[in-house]
Amino acid sequence: MLTIFNLHARVDDKEILKGVNLKLKAGEVHAIMGPNGSGKSTLAGVLAGRDAFDVTEGDVLFEGKNLLDMDPEERAREGVFLAFQYPVEIPGVSNTYFLRAAVNAIRKHRGEEELDAVEFLQLVREKLNVLHIDEELLKRPVNEGFSGGEKKRNEIFQMAVINPKLCILDETDSGLDIDALRTVADGVNAMRSKDRAILVITHYQRLLNYIVPDKVHVLMDGRIVKSGGKELALELESKGYDWIEQEVAV
Amino acid sequence: MPVLQAQNTFVSDFERAERELSAIGPVALHRLREAAIQRFAALGFPTLDDEEWRFTALAPLTQTTFKAAREGKVDPALIDQMTFSADGPRLVFVNGRFLAAQSSVQNLLAGVVVAGLGDALKSHPDQFEPYLAQYADYQDQAFTALNTAFIQDGPFVFLPKNTVVDRPIYLIHISVGGDAATVTYPRGLIVAGSNTQAKIVEAFVGQGEDVYFTNAVTELVASEGANIEYVKLQRESLHAFHVHTLQLQLAKSSNVRSHTVNFGGRLVRNEVNAVLDGEGCECTLNGLSIATGEQHVDNHTRIDHAKPHCASHELYKSILDGNAHGVFNGRIYVHPDAQKTDAKQTNQTLLLSENAVIDAMPKLEIFADDVKCTHGATVGQLDAESIFYLRSRGIDKDEARALLTYAFANDIISRIGVEPLRAGLEKLLIATDEHR
Repeated sequence: MLTIFNLHARVDDKEILKGVNLKLKAGEVHAIMGPNGSGKSTLAGVLAGRDAFDVTEGDVLFEGKNLLDMDPEERAREGVFLAFQYPVEIPGVSNTYFLRAAVNAIRKHRGEEELDAVEFLQLVREKLNVLHIDEELLKRPVNEGFSGGEKKRNEIFQMAVINPKLCILDETDSGLDIDALRTVADGVNAMRSKDRAILVITHYQRLLNYIVPDKVHVLMDGRIVKSGGKELALELESKGYDWIEQEVAV
Repeated sequence: MPVLQAQNTFVSDFERAERELSAIGPVALHRLREAAIQRFAALGFPTLDDEEWRFTALAPLTQTTFKAAREGKVDPALIDQMTFSADGPRLVFVNGRFLAAQSSVQNLLAGVVVAGLGDALKSHPDQFEPYLAQYADYQDQAFTALNTAFIQDGPFVFLPKNTVVDRPIYLIHISVGGDAATVTYPRGLIVAGSNTQAKIVEAFVGQGEDVYFTNAVTELVASEGANIEYVKLQRESLHAFHVHTLQLQLAKSSNVRSHTVNFGGRLVRNEVNAVLDGEGCECTLNGLSIATGEQHVDNHTRIDHAKPHCASHELYKSILDGNAHGVFNGRIYVHPDAQKTDAKQTNQTLLLSENAVIDAMPKLEIFADDVKCTHGATVGQLDAESIFYLRSRGIDKDEARALLTYAFANDIISRIGVEPLRAGLEKLLIATDEHR
């Protein structure tokens, strides 16, 4: 579903990604782990189309199409979803209005009929239950005054409603207490399916206790330096990142 | 035309109109007109050297010759459009004159008066004479002096004590242009007795490319315990000059909320002055200005905290595109006696183009020592991260911008407590966005 080939990207004059290679198939859950500053969020941003990053080399294919040629909204319509590390507050726009606009933009792109208010409400109600979200949240402005946990749950809620093919979770676990973490993980696990790929980007192994990945990759200094199964995450948790650094250096 | 000549033109207009004017209202009112035109002649039009006018050049106005507006006709559909088809009491003025046929003042509660000035001064002199022109300053304010000199017609509302009016009262001023530029002087007076409650919408409307000058004054007197919401909706033609002073006088424990919403006008100056003249008053001044092209919109506010334990909340927003020029000058004056004042002022501007300009001047003058006063002004573009967030959910760039612009403006509109006006304005905002 997703093929990243020799991806190089920079911010201003600083090269952050220095040749990332990754293949993600439908049905798989991959985790990307790495220390601070290794390029994790840059990778997420490049995939979602954040224009602060300059791709200098490499390709990204999503279902055979060149992802890097697309605007952020086109990527979303094609089925890419980024759960933000820092979800944005948008005062004055209700969650309902925002999400219905998003769903309908995507449906229109796929040649499907737009949902009216009633149909939309039916769709969201199911998802609200899974994520233990109060329906009141729909009426509130997007993320305004939400706690950290509410914002992250709202990201996963949006993801559930939008129903993307590729989910990218950018440090969704940061700042969450264990209850919120479980709720978020339940929401993500509910979306695992043979037609969907999930890329979990995280600094800590903790989230991977709840969202068990098929593969774990270690990103360091802009490259994936080691890949393995879910046990690699546990190894990183107990030994830290230093040993890999040494291993790679050798 | 030099400024002095323009000034003289208005003075000679007065002399020509004097006979007709003097027939309206009691002798005392005409004495007032005479005093006011003398003040105007002495004051003249403000210039850029005047501190309160340093960002608003009046040349386009003083260089235009205005004739007295003639009677005009108006399509009832336009009135429906302006009231968003609300039923309820309404007064319609076309080119400054009360139009009974289009107005609706049936089914009012006992003692409530909603009428044109001429009728009101005849039928209810005791209710209006003591208040008329007692609050808006014609001694030092040239435009108020000019308006006062030409007091001829305008909306009059009187609410006897303990009256609660459920349906909003609409006061609609429509200017219908002719071949030449015209001027009108709408003069409004709203007297709310003790413990009254009402919502009042005053709309100023014009169309197309009509050039005219609306020089309006509205005085609103809120007696003890009155609770009044006042919405001013400015939808003049994009070639019109609009100067309006809203003078609010608040007695003990009264609560007045004013919303000033600007869409139209080429050169616009709104002055909202509130005097909190009794303990425990609460005053809210909100403003929204949407301007583009060559529009100039100047919002001046002054809140006088004259007595202790009063609160004022002020939120003014502008969305400026094209070459639009906005001015916000907000003065909060806390008098020595006004302890425990709680005043908050916020001014936010969204600049959508590189050529749009805002001059923002918050001013706090505090002469009491136990008060809480804050002010803040922000100027910015649409937030890039917010745009990206919306796009990352599939919403295209233009729609994301429109949605964020709408959200910025709707923050003011959503505070308006008058239905169906609020819903109508939301739709108007969306239409404005789509047009952008």
